Amino acid sequence: MTRWKMASLREALGQTLRDIGNEHPNMVVVNADLRNSVKSNYFVDAFPERTIDVGIAEQNMIGVAAGLASAGYIPFALTFARFASKRAADQISMCVDYSFNNVNIIGAYAGIFTGRQGVSQQTLEDTASMRAMPNMTVIDTADVVEIAHVLRFAAAYQGPVYIRIGRDEWPVVFGDDYRFELGKGQWLRRGGDVAIMNSGLMLSHSLDAAESLAAEGIEASVINMPTVKPIDAALIADVAESIGAIVTVENHSILGGFGGAVAEVVVETHPAPMERIGVPDEYSESAPNADLAERHRLTAPFIAEAARRVVGRKASTRSNGGGVRDG
Amino acid sequence: MTKTERSEATRHVRGEDEVRRLAYLSERTRYDIIDTLGVIGSGHPGPSLSIVEILVALYFNEMAVYPDAPKHTERDRFILSKGHGALGLYAVLSLAGFFARDELFTFECLGSRLQGHPDARLTPGVEVSTGSLGQGLSFAVGTAIAARLGSKAFRSYCLLGDGETQEGNVWEAAMTASKYRLDNLLAIVDWNGLQGGVTLEVMPSMEPYLAKWEAFGWHALDVPGHDLAALLAAMDTARATSGKPTVIVARTVKGHGVSYMENQVGWHSGTVEGENLATAFREIGARLQAFGEEVTA
Repeated sequence: MTRWKMASLREALGQTLRDIGNEHPNMVVVNADLRNSVKSNYFVDAFPERTIDVGIAEQNMIGVAAGLASAGYIPFALTFARFASKRAADQISMCVDYSFNNVNIIGAYAGIFTGRQGVSQQTLEDTASMRAMPNMTVIDTADVVEIAHVLRFAAAYQGPVYIRIGRDEWPVVFGDDYRFELGKGQWLRRGGDVAIMNSGLMLSHSLDAAESLAAEGIEASVINMPTVKPIDAALIADVAESIGAIVTVENHSILGGFGGAVAEVVVETHPAPMERIGVPDEYSESAPNADLAERHRLTAPFIAEAARRVVGRKASTRSNGGGVRDG
Repeated sequence: MTKTERSEATRHVRGEDEVRRLAYLSERTRYDIIDTLGVIGSGHPGPSLSIVEILVALYFNEMAVYPDAPKHTERDRFILSKGHGALGLYAVLSLAGFFARDELFTFECLGSRLQGHPDARLTPGVEVSTGSLGQGLSFAVGTAIAARLGSKAFRSYCLLGDGETQEGNVWEAAMTASKYRLDNLLAIVDWNGLQGGVTLEVMPSMEPYLAKWEAFGWHALDVPGHDLAALLAAMDTARATSGKPTVIVARTVKGHGVSYMENQVGWHSGTVEGENLATAFREIGARLQAFGEEVTA
């Protein structure tokens, strides 16, 4: 397995926001407490006059950010993904999404890897709820490089954006050649037996899984898809048709998230064997990240196992004449 | 003279003639509200009629409005947080020239720009979509902070329902407004004493009400909400107040101006037709005639 270099996700969030503050004089940060947790303190120190602190009041944070956006500012509203996507869901719907205000919502500590803090600080359903909002752009991030690119994109983009970002030291997958394009998947590896489609923090595990599969003669493609909405439907349809076996991987519930978004395209274009790796329909708990990954089967061996299963199903489907029978 | 210039010419004018002009515009607004309800059938007459004088005072005297350029960067911001008063707002916006009066009769119809609750993307003059209660004041805090950051002179106004201030989000916004000493922000509470289908008394008490706002760092004024001279004076006081936001608690009558609707919880929403419709036209028409305008239903 690859030995990955590690870097802190939330440090990347905080430092990039400060850098963007230098590039966009009308960018503002709206904090609902948590400035030390989500590392907006870098921006706060550099631009105190462009920092708005509303207290532990996420609903208010979203409304204030929307008002600022309507007057031409570029607000980044930061809190944990749970509090943004659940407590302030209606404010996001009304003031940001329906009203189409240019607010960038940072869902930090998205998913289960939140530093042993347990269920109340984890978020399993934010992608599901955010991508059901008609005007929302939803992006998940895999490493510090992708975080920096996605935040810069959001600052320049006009419209509501929800961005999932993790917390901890995490494998750095991308290099200087990384490019983010809204709504486009990225091919990291090409193989014709199975496609591993990843969104977010599980990317190093997805790549490791592909490597171990190659050792047993199974050639896997690895496609990173930071944009969950708008989903890259053309790419998914092409992969479903040409490769015909898909495993989706995400740090989110298997219900309604990235895997759900891919499945929606697959069943409506080229139905193909598919499995979803993510948190099963259950709550997580307090534990070190590695233990949580094992408990919820969010590691390379489980991804490889799912890949073998869909490859097997593809083979049996094709030997049965594509599964189509005449009555 | 453009609509915008006409509006600028009457800003902050004081005196009996101006109060009389605004009273006349209030009856015109009431007439249009009833006319619309009569044509399309049902709606929220009560919560639209209680805010008529407040809206007329804002749009025809207090605020910098640009009916010819609704997104003008120097415009004062008005947020109808109590979105169920939408028809009252639309009647005033059309009277001020944001869109034609005929468009009122598309209210709540498929494809209309005039939704049952305000829609920021459809209706000229609407700043943010509301109707899910408790959210508008936060938005107004945002626009008020934006004015401060950009050294802009525009002011922000937010009209809330009395029952709406049971929402916790309102008090989160109140705290932030006071932290940032937003003296460019005026909240107005339409205190008509009724909410939804019941009186306020059956709900958890919000008293002492003005003291609550004061405790949150606001300058609070108790004002008779259909008294135009008193409303204008309170708005003068608010503009002269520095270092803190002001709230006007406007004591209003739900359904004001249509006798059988006044203070009747049943007229929060309903159908205006037949004899009821004729009575409403007759009452408002009589007051308009007193101003010298012939009105036929």
